[in-house]
Amino acid sequence: MKQAELGAKNQPMEKAVEIFFLLLACVSIVAVVVICVFLFANGLPAVTEIGVADFLFGKQWRPGENKFGIFPMIVGSVYATVGAILIGVPIGVLTAVFMAKICPKKLYKFLKPAVELLAGIPSIVYGFFALVVIVPIIRNTFPGNGLSLLSACILLGIMILPTIIGVAESAIRAVPESYYEGALALGATRERSLFKVVLPAAKSGVSAGVVLGIGRAIGETMAVNMVAGNNKVIPESIFKGVRTLTTNIVMEMGYATDLHREALIANGVVLFLFILLINSIFFILKKPEGGRKKNGRKAVDA
Amino acid sequence: MEEVKFINQSTWKQKLNTYKMHPGSFLMLLLVGLSAIATMGLLLFLIAYILMKGVPHLTADLFAWEYTSEDVSMLPAIINTFFMTAISLLIAVPCGIGAAIYLAEYAKRGNTFVKVIRLMAETLSGIPSIVYGLFGMLCFVTTLGWNYSLLAGACTLSIMILPLILRTTEEALLSVPDSYREASFGLGAGKFRTILKIVLPSAVPGILAGVILAIGRIVGETAALLYTSGTVAEVADSLFASAETLALHMWVLSGESLYTNQAYATAVVLLVVVVLINGLSGMVAKKIAKQ
Repeated sequence: MKQAELGAKNQPMEKAVEIFFLLLACVSIVAVVVICVFLFANGLPAVTEIGVADFLFGKQWRPGENKFGIFPMIVGSVYATVGAILIGVPIGVLTAVFMAKICPKKLYKFLKPAVELLAGIPSIVYGFFALVVIVPIIRNTFPGNGLSLLSACILLGIMILPTIIGVAESAIRAVPESYYEGALALGATRERSLFKVVLPAAKSGVSAGVVLGIGRAIGETMAVNMVAGNNKVIPESIFKGVRTLTTNIVMEMGYATDLHREALIANGVVLFLFILLINSIFFILKKPEGGRKKNGRKAVDA
Repeated sequence: MEEVKFINQSTWKQKLNTYKMHPGSFLMLLLVGLSAIATMGLLLFLIAYILMKGVPHLTADLFAWEYTSEDVSMLPAIINTFFMTAISLLIAVPCGIGAAIYLAEYAKRGNTFVKVIRLMAETLSGIPSIVYGLFGMLCFVTTLGWNYSLLAGACTLSIMILPLILRTTEEALLSVPDSYREASFGLGAGKFRTILKIVLPSAVPGILAGVILAIGRIVGETAALLYTSGTVAEVADSLFASAETLALHMWVLSGESLYTNQAYATAVVLLVVVVLINGLSGMVAKKIAKQ
């Protein structure tokens, strides 16, 4: 009797708590909406003034002559990100497999904090490191002055490693041990079990890590700015300098005024749309697996 | 007895034979090992290189109370970084944990509203920091008229780290076994009590891991702060004063070839701070996990 009374008394409290958490959950939605409103309201007027085609596909960015074409920067961002993915994803996923399934416990105690440390190292330190180590190596080995697309790709490949390792490792660990043991029992080698059974089962988590990595690569600004050379033309080779969408903003925002400033904000809008596009692709890719999960065991879902 | 213990473990010779029969498997093992070595080697090399180049330039001048163009002191920047981190976490952590609790504990799975929130959080986590910087500049600095300030920077950063905390907390909450909750309900505890006393404590190490990542991002952030907190190298005396963090300080130094040595020294301090944060939080997480 007393228990029931207490339960009834707590009902409104429980409801209030739920609504409180619900409101906190809505903060994300509000944040995205507000960011969209501010960016679009400040950036779109410039796009209409310059002309959509001239802005997106114009090959010349010369604020002094009122020429605002961001095509070289779009291409630069895409190149740098693709290069980073080519370097970072294989190393990252393989390291994650090693950490989750192969390495002995004693080594893991050392590896896990090391990867967390990699994630914690500020991008400015990575950039500085690349500037004083990677750039000279490339300058001495290949043509050009070292401030190049290749430097940016290597740097970004390194920088997305901890993101990919962290997410991929926890995804691999979330796969029920019975999958792995089942494959072993069927006579598969350890590696075959890992790469044909465990890794496919962890696909959704691993691709989430890759997407986070892509986001980091596209969004990285300061470090890229230090090593990419920042030439405002489409690079002819990977040894040429390149300017990305992000570095364009950071280099010129400090002194830009009027249309130039608005064009830079529009540049930010394009960057934003890029991210939205990647996110949508990610969600489309992720969906079929979500459907399969529902029919599967609940343990997998959690 | 000894032999019984090892009966289901293959000997080195057997392993070698297996790999001989499956060269593909051996190749994968090799690649996996090499990747792990590359990752670790990179970290060790980076740290060793920065320490070797930077430590000799760590002079007392660099920690002078006041910044001048002669001593290029980083102490004001260190203090600013501390404030920036504290304020950002103060805003983002309660928000993120609360939202994660809603998603993991209250919302029904497959609910459209939950899908929208998750989509928004994913969107937020993908937004480049420079875009946050632009937004912060437009919203807090210009529209709200806070100018380049500590508060504008902290608000920008707190939105930036929100999805990170939300995601890691939600994952930590989901990894708490349902049997814990059922046992708590079975003992007559309400939903809120169960979350507060049973689920949250079990999820603390996971949540902390998220907060660690968040602190790392705040300490290392430059792009989002350049046009929100500004680059005045003095201790911010109010929420509305410009506050240059350590990473920004390093950015300014590395941009001027005169101060390369000081940039190395600042990198050392940044590294030490990051190592300390990671070590401390790791210890806390371990202690809580043991209890």
